[in-house]
Amino acid sequence: MENIDGLSLVNLSFLKNGPYSLTIEAGECIGLTGKSGVGKSQLLRAVADVIAHKGDCYLNGTSCLELSPPKWRTMVAMVPAESFWWYDTVGSHFDPKLERVDSLELLGKLGFTSDVMSWQISRLSTGERQRLALLRTLVTDPKVLLLDEPTASLDKKMVDAVEQLLADICLLRRTACLWVSHDLDQLFRVAGRVFRVEQDGLTEEAC
Amino acid sequence: MEVLSLSAFDLSLAAILLLMLAITSFSIGLGLEKRIVISGIRMTLQLLLIGMVLQFLFANTSFVLVFFLSICMLLIAGYEVWARQKRKLRGTAGYLVSTGSMLVSSFTVTFLALTVMVGVDPWYTPQYAIPLLGMLLGNTMTGVALASDRLTIEMYNQRGMVEQRLLLGQTWQEASGDIRRDCMRTGMIPVINSMAAAGVVNLPGMMTGQILGGSSPLDAVKYQILIMFLIAAGTGFGVLTAIWLISRRLFDERQRLVLDCLGSPKQP
Repeated sequence: MENIDGLSLVNLSFLKNGPYSLTIEAGECIGLTGKSGVGKSQLLRAVADVIAHKGDCYLNGTSCLELSPPKWRTMVAMVPAESFWWYDTVGSHFDPKLERVDSLELLGKLGFTSDVMSWQISRLSTGERQRLALLRTLVTDPKVLLLDEPTASLDKKMVDAVEQLLADICLLRRTACLWVSHDLDQLFRVAGRVFRVEQDGLTEEAC
Repeated sequence: MEVLSLSAFDLSLAAILLLMLAITSFSIGLGLEKRIVISGIRMTLQLLLIGMVLQFLFANTSFVLVFFLSICMLLIAGYEVWARQKRKLRGTAGYLVSTGSMLVSSFTVTFLALTVMVGVDPWYTPQYAIPLLGMLLGNTMTGVALASDRLTIEMYNQRGMVEQRLLLGQTWQEASGDIRRDCMRTGMIPVINSMAAAGVVNLPGMMTGQILGGSSPLDAVKYQILIMFLIAAGTGFGVLTAIWLISRRLFDERQRLVLDCLGSPKQP
């Protein structure tokens, strides 16, 4: 692969889907939409390398296969539509070594104060879980974000806040972003280009 | 003291008790009568058969025969462990994993006991080797089966959580660590409890048998202590082996959780 700054999917195929080829430059956000069940989430999971696939993904010219799976998944990080939590409190899901200088700022932008870390998981609402799952991934500072319906259970005000936050992150951290949503209006707001996922490839959507 | 021999009549009297249970089960609609009768018959036949085999074996101390019988016992134990699981690893791999864990839990420990601790000559003397191996296989089987069963069920039920942890950049060991430790505990706790209760709550079967057979209680107790140590150690290492072998199969070379190697549970 030539040295492209960003993420490239080359003939990526899995199960009965593909091949998909796509290049997302650093700092760019690409929207993905498509029929329910066509394999949008599976596509993200193939890029994150948690399901078996053919073809390859490259980050800044380095193949997925050259890196250890945990290393790849921290750099190309997926936030699934449904988040999972396994300890009792919010804070225990965050790596204490990863305390970023700007994580307090991130907390505020997502509508939380710093006492959220001692909250009980069992008392979180669906929307709170979704925002905290996003935060949990953002503090690890990934190079690529794979977002599966990241605002599905949020109210209008929080949708705006999350869209704004992610736009800032793409711009400031030069993070590449692949955003899956059913809401075409949203995709045209947040993404430079929007593709429709079909079983056998991607077709670009016109505004 | 010679042990009093039981006549066929004595055994039939005991069997009548079981028949009464079967009749009761039928009259209150429990639906267990068929299984009670069949298991009772099966147990009798199996034990009579092994009694004859042992009688023959004890008369001819032969390494080949002891080895052959041990392998049969191991293969059956491996199958029992595998067959008892709800979501078992499919195919030969699953069977090999169970048999391999039973090999670690029982064969190695029995061999060590015969050569180093009991020190009987030759070490494969069937009067010692077969009962020891049988006790170990029978007792470690429960722990290994419990732990394996729990591991595959938990990994399946908590696949979302495991995948989430992988997505956050954890290694497969970290992502499955809590589940694996839980399952190891599940497998080992019964044997730890039985050590705590030994002699106080229950008199273990082997010791009872030795006392009935005329050994002095102290000799019987010493053997029982040896057996308990062996069972506990065997169960522990067998459980660790089973958990390790199964979890290796549940993650592929790219540390992805692969669950298609698990069968579906039978519909009730």
